[in-house]
Amino acid sequence: MKRVISILAGAAMLTGASYAVAELADGYKAVEPTSEDSPLTEVISGYEFRIKSTQETQDDDFENPGMLLLDQAADQWSVAEGSAEKSCADCHGDDPLEAMQGVGSTYPKFTEKGDHRAFRNIENQINHCRTERMGAKAWKYDKPDLLGMTVLVRHADRGEPVNVVVDGDAEALFERGKEMYYTRYGQLDMSCAHCHEDNYGNYIRADHLSQGQTNGFPTYRMKWQGVGSTHRRFKGCMKNIRAEPFKVGEDDFLALELYTSWRGNGLPIETPAVRN
Amino acid sequence: MKLRHAVAVAIFCGLASGAGAAEIAPGDVKIVEGALDTPLTEKAGDPETGRAIFANRKQGNCLACHMVTDLLDTEQFHGEVGPALDGVADVYSVGELRARIVNPKSELPDTIMPSFYRAGGTNRSAEKFAGKTILSAQQVEDVVAYLQTLKE
Ligand code: HEC
Ligand code: HEC
Repeated sequence: MKRVISILAGAAMLTGASYAVAELADGYKAVEPTSEDSPLTEVISGYEFRIKSTQETQDDDFENPGMLLLDQAADQWSVAEGSAEKSCADCHGDDPLEAMQGVGSTYPKFTEKGDHRAFRNIENQINHCRTERMGAKAWKYDKPDLLGMTVLVRHADRGEPVNVVVDGDAEALFERGKEMYYTRYGQLDMSCAHCHEDNYGNYIRADHLSQGQTNGFPTYRMKWQGVGSTHRRFKGCMKNIRAEPFKVGEDDFLALELYTSWRGNGLPIETPAVRN
Repeated sequence: MKLRHAVAVAIFCGLASGAGAAEIAPGDVKIVEGALDTPLTEKAGDPETGRAIFANRKQGNCLACHMVTDLLDTEQFHGEVGPALDGVADVYSVGELRARIVNPKSELPDTIMPSFYRAGGTNRSAEKFAGKTILSAQQVEDVVAYLQTLKE
């Protein structure tokens, strides 16, 4: 998998459609969209819209509170569990950051073959390994065990460009996610695009609107006093517009996660990012 | 037409009896050429109350998107999503301002601005808010009264 990415990155450099970081007039660092179909002309991490002290907390691994979960997960990696009495390390090798290179940047996607084939994000894939391979119980969504291991998998690709695939089998989900992104929800009757496409860079009351990118997730959020998943963030945005959110970990949000991730293709992964 | 007539009669009756109950229901609102000239309630809007509703995060929260110089003293964060509303009463008639709050989508179908007094038409509203308008008829009138004070 790692090889695929470096080939892609190499091709991108040759064609000039690159992951090289450019300074824009308004001061945000941006990358160019990797697809001609992207509605964005500049792809910008949420990091750019945060105040300096928040950015500094993210930049310093000793200060970044998200790193605590990473350490816990690294310990958990080699703990055997379940009826198979296996650990992650038994299948993937002892060094999680090495084993998981080239993985986190490509999710969500179809994983496994035959009957087990399904569209999964990292959280669901981890739980799939637990229930099917380890004979262990699935971890709860947005609880420290699952968040920590998801952080670990993504962190192994920190600095690598987000690189989700949206054609082939994934196309139907991509289209569904796209439709959701532009659908108005809730009593306030707004779509994701109203805030994150039409208004990024603007303040909505005290909040500096970003492009709503997912490259920092799972993210440490000061408001949460902890780390949360992409789906938790989606849920929060839907609640803010007084909508009934979709269910975390399930198909609707998986489709939205795929589409939103695609909008951020090319952005370096920051997990665990720090946000306010 | 028939509807508007009925509403007018209802308002008239309300006034005559002094009952104070007459109010145009969200489903009966008819915006004509971007304006809603008939007040939603018979009680005149109160600009001071409207000013508070404008700033209140759980009510109008208009300040989330609109800067207003008049509120700079008391409110720290003014949004940038919509235009500043200084002098807005010089530009729009009362009826146009009312229509803009009741249902801006009647003129601007793609706008981000919520419709504050519209019946239904939303998707997946949280249970607590489903079938309800964001502001009450009287609150809309109060906000309209406040906007009318924004002259340069
Ligand atoms: C009313 C405005 C609004 C709407 C509508 C909205 N969001 Fe957000 N969203 C915000 C704000 C404010 C933040 C926090 C500041 C920021 O990063 O933009 C945020 C943050 C995010 C983030 C985190 C970005 C980061 O870098 O940490 C994601 C992802 C996101 N939104 C996705 C969505 C999706 C998907 C939808 C549609 C279901 C949506 N948002 C709808 C206002 C909105
Ligand atoms: C989520 C954003 C948002 C909120 C909340 C909001 N507005 Fe707006 N408003 C806009 C935008 C954007 C426009 C400009 C029209 C457009 O481009 O859609 C606008 C236009 C207006 C205008 C016309 C101004 C002009 O110069 O053309 C008035 C008046 C107005 N809004 C009043 C209000 C009031 C009063 C409230 C609260 C009760 C409110 N708005 C809440 C976004 C918002």
